[in-house]
Amino acid sequence: MTRLSVGGRLIDRSKEISFEFNGRRLSGYRGDTLASALLANGKRLVGRSFKYHRPRGIVASGAEEPNALMGVGRGGRFEPNQRATTTELYDGLTAESQNHWPSLRFDIGAVNAAAASVAPIFPAGFYYKTFIYPRAAWKHVYEPLIRRMAGLGKAPKRGDSDIYEHFHVHTDVLVIGGGAAGLAAARTAAGSGARVLLVEQTAAWGGRALVDGVTIDGLPGPDWAARETSALEAMPNVRMRLRCTGAGLYDHGYAMLHERVSDHAPAPGVPRHRLWRVRAKRIVVASGAIERPLTFALNDAPGVMLASAVRDYVELYGVCPGRNAVIAANNDDAYRTALALDAAGVEVRAVLDTRRAVEGELPARARERGIPVRLRTGIAFVRGGTGVRGVQVGRLSDSGRMTGAPETVDCDLVAMSGGWSPAVHLFSHCGGKLRWDDAQVMFRPAPERGAPSGPDGAVNTRCAGAANGELQAAACLADAVEAGADAARAAGFAPEAAGGASEGAVAVDAPEEAPVEAHWFTPSRGGYVHGTKHWVDFQNDVTAADIRLAAQEGYESIEHAKRYTTLGMATDQGKTSNVNGLALLADELGKSVSEVGVTTFRPPYAPVSMGAIAGRNAGPFFKAVRKTRMHDWHERHGADFEPVGDWRRPYCFRRRGEDRPAAVTREILNTRRNVGLLDASTLGKLAVKGPDAGEFLDLVYTNAMSTLKPGRCRYGLMCTENGFLFDDGVAARIGEDEYLLHTTSGGAERVHAHLEEWLQTEWWDMKVHVADVTDQWAQIVVAGPNARKVLEAAGASADVAAEALAFMSWIETRIAGCPVRLYRISFSGELSYEIATPANCGAILWEALLKAGEPFGIMPYGTEALHVMRAEKGFIMIGDETDGTVTPQDLGLHWAVSRKKDDFIGKRAQERADLTRPDRKQLVGLTTEEPEEVLPDGAHAVEVVTAPPMRTVGHVTSTYYSPTLGRSIAMALIERGSARMGETLTFPLEGGKVVKAVVCDPVFLDKEGIRQNV
Amino acid sequence: MSEPQTVLNRASAGTGPTVKIADLGVIGMIALRGDLSSPALQSAVTACCGVSAPGPLSARFDGETGAVWMSPDELLLFCARDEVEGRIARLSDALAGEHHMVVDVSDARAVIEVAGPDAQELMAKGSPVDVSDAAFPPGTARRTRMAEIAALLWRTDGETWRVACFQSFARHLFDWLAASSGEGARVGYF
Repeated sequence: MTRLSVGGRLIDRSKEISFEFNGRRLSGYRGDTLASALLANGKRLVGRSFKYHRPRGIVASGAEEPNALMGVGRGGRFEPNQRATTTELYDGLTAESQNHWPSLRFDIGAVNAAAASVAPIFPAGFYYKTFIYPRAAWKHVYEPLIRRMAGLGKAPKRGDSDIYEHFHVHTDVLVIGGGAAGLAAARTAAGSGARVLLVEQTAAWGGRALVDGVTIDGLPGPDWAARETSALEAMPNVRMRLRCTGAGLYDHGYAMLHERVSDHAPAPGVPRHRLWRVRAKRIVVASGAIERPLTFALNDAPGVMLASAVRDYVELYGVCPGRNAVIAANNDDAYRTALALDAAGVEVRAVLDTRRAVEGELPARARERGIPVRLRTGIAFVRGGTGVRGVQVGRLSDSGRMTGAPETVDCDLVAMSGGWSPAVHLFSHCGGKLRWDDAQVMFRPAPERGAPSGPDGAVNTRCAGAANGELQAAACLADAVEAGADAARAAGFAPEAAGGASEGAVAVDAPEEAPVEAHWFTPSRGGYVHGTKHWVDFQNDVTAADIRLAAQEGYESIEHAKRYTTLGMATDQGKTSNVNGLALLADELGKSVSEVGVTTFRPPYAPVSMGAIAGRNAGPFFKAVRKTRMHDWHERHGADFEPVGDWRRPYCFRRRGEDRPAAVTREILNTRRNVGLLDASTLGKLAVKGPDAGEFLDLVYTNAMSTLKPGRCRYGLMCTENGFLFDDGVAARIGEDEYLLHTTSGGAERVHAHLEEWLQTEWWDMKVHVADVTDQWAQIVVAGPNARKVLEAAGASADVAAEALAFMSWIETRIAGCPVRLYRISFSGELSYEIATPANCGAILWEALLKAGEPFGIMPYGTEALHVMRAEKGFIMIGDETDGTVTPQDLGLHWAVSRKKDDFIGKRAQERADLTRPDRKQLVGLTTEEPEEVLPDGAHAVEVVTAPPMRTVGHVTSTYYSPTLGRSIAMALIERGSARMGETLTFPLEGGKVVKAVVCDPVFLDKEGIRQNV
Repeated sequence: MSEPQTVLNRASAGTGPTVKIADLGVIGMIALRGDLSSPALQSAVTACCGVSAPGPLSARFDGETGAVWMSPDELLLFCARDEVEGRIARLSDALAGEHHMVVDVSDARAVIEVAGPDAQELMAKGSPVDVSDAAFPPGTARRTRMAEIAALLWRTDGETWRVACFQSFARHLFDWLAASSGEGARVGYF
């Protein structure tokens, strides 16, 4: 155990927690992260790397952790690639390390990779170079092998059993980051009365103020943070969330936050994660800074950690990651770690500083404590495979090489610091520009070059504190207060007016720090045997040598080099590696870091669970489904549903022992012989009213509607401006200035939008209103020789005799007590009525018709029977016979296209050469030579079978077995089809099969229309 | 014959006192389209609905009778179901000389009431609009999205909201609201 006997600001030593790592039961304290608990249990080796399966340990203490990725949870709660550093410990947590086989300690992949110490086996561009030939081998040999070897955690096998949700918030000021800067900015902004939302990704407020020994406002950092937190909590206009990461910033102040609601305390009914979708007038990004590793040989050994993380573990969790430490650094801040370790009783054997002179206050304190500080030195390489056992120390020459005799220092912990990079990710997500600051060796926000802006074009986002490049405590807090005040002012509030203690300057007492010095590469000594193992990107296993290779091969752009080497492309998105990598590239190219620039930062800042992205809209809510008022009845009576637009419609109603084809055949024959009932509620219905309704409809339909008499119906076609058919249906004239249009199922919105667009943009002077009344009506088709008898038996109160209600007319009446519009129209070719009743009566009417129809053999039928019956009659179906390139004339519907009207949408296009040429594809019927043979949908027709490719003359658009006719029937669009009647076409199918079919009229049944006209 | 029923048939759901979700059953609804600024239309609405026409993004009710602003040329009028026919006739008479449209849409939409201290929060889970007290005081109406479908939302008092959607989506909306209203999922934001 390496738990210290005292300390650990965030842990509660009275609450012991039991958890499991790789099957071993271990214990930690409430407040621990999985990482701190693993370290406390002496677990240094926590995983294996992505490409080489190298043993790896914990490097960081926060979201930037590249190595310690775990599979956490079990069964439906298992999730791979969780960072141990951000996973809070809870009772019963189970974690397993990744990327190893057969075990963490002994791994086959690592044996293979050992060869890499002699010659690199996966250098940059490896995939591009190695696996080109033979072609087939990639798919069958290389890829499966590489996928097994590489890759991170395993995908969960079971569905996610947790719940997730979204939450939409609008606020004046959003402050991202609850460290010292975030607290100060929020306090200042909130003092103005603005609504402030403050979020922090960890489970504690205060950030580095909890660790770094800074005095603020006369209080030790942790006390100041506690005071500010309580003050903010007491303000009615402030909302605060811990465990809530700013994941992405988008246009116009839209932010995505990822809250881990109950990862640390799972409970039934409590969402695991919540995705906050925030609209803020102003955003302050106080996301702090991320420490950079140093690039020395074998810097990936477990026990080599970021200096700030080492002191975080000591101060926050009371955990000491080692007993004897060596610190490697190029800046003063790392001395805080030396002092913290020293205070915790750890022997700091040396601070290896790359700088020539070290005069700051922190190094002075370290020297006072007797800690050896060695200037112009670095780590030549690290000894120890699965854990640090010591370092070889060398002197750095001015040429950047190692000189002098190497010296061995035994230690079990290396704390490294290559300086700090402001966490500019969020600022950059939405256009924030950066500049290179040579003095502080970092990229920092450069709002003067570009910053995210709001709908008014004004800048709406700024960084504050360390995220803004202000790494020293005093400047950091001053900047944050200014940022908070700016945000409040810009959001329309007056920060000065409200008064309050923490406005204006905050008194800060922190040691003066000497400047950092750029140091990008620490060479190893001797024959460069470790040349491939100066790790830059730990998670993607990218080394300094890979970057050098990319430069040698001509990759000058950082964007190209990134993709070639995969630098920064892992799940950590290069939080610790990007700046080091591009600085190395700059060195290789002989350019400045500024010239090389940075790669693009994209959301999310840290991984967001797929569950959070889906929110509640998963499982039964994945897709909002529209249901008719007869849906429940259908469900109870064997309906086999299919999706039609957003609707679910019964494909057929299967009886016990029936398969789909048997049910469809029964439904068709019964409708043709007796009577069938169809739920047609899904048909789109649009009410069109106004004095100009007739004129308007004459323009949107290809045929005339103004000549229709009230009480009559007419089938109509709508085309696009390009002359192509896009919707069809029956229009009924309701009154002098009112029509009801039927559209295809699921077509109502599209047609409604089409009509509104023409009314609003072209014919705005027409007096016409359109309303979508699809959901107002339930609609039922009664079709078959007995249809009239059924209506009479159901008590149709008006006369439904043939003479009284002629084909293509409609009346208003009552059936079974329900008010109805009764349309005598037919899509099946049978005597047929469509009955529309207000939706709340739908179920009543459906059951009444079924009951009334019982003596006449009534049966419900589904969409497939509907399709077959309409095909028997040669009726087209939008989406089958049309595909957006088909005109009414192609379908032989000339009769429905007016020649008299001056204009209608599509008329001009239909007169153009391409739409009138005689060799266009035209609709024909097909009967196969073998009547039982049903052509596949989409099958292509050829005139002669040759070796592929063959020239197609058209394709099958609808194809069925017709039980009515006892043979197969099909419709097809065939070049010059109408001139080919009686011709035999050949359909070469898959597997060498060839089917022959004769071209015929597409109306297969009752061409004279006798059946529907009784 | 049995009585007409809404698809949700007055179903209710909700956990304890924090939020209650209930289908309001059969309600009379009339879509009125026309020039909302015309004095004739305004006086017709006042005469037929007992409330004056609401302005943009607002709802105005006297008990269960009232009107919600739907778009720059559309109101949705509410009344008891059996009053619809008479009101349509009176509106049509009053607007005889005006270009307008009056349609009975009583069956087209389901109206769900969401009430209780957590109702506001539930609205914010399902809809991207700003439902804070400042932006959405009682009497406010918005056409927006709720649970990924098109919805009409208005607030009748501090803790009571009404959501209307096309009735074919009513089951989805109701189930979604019920599933999202669990006490374990309280955000505690407003």
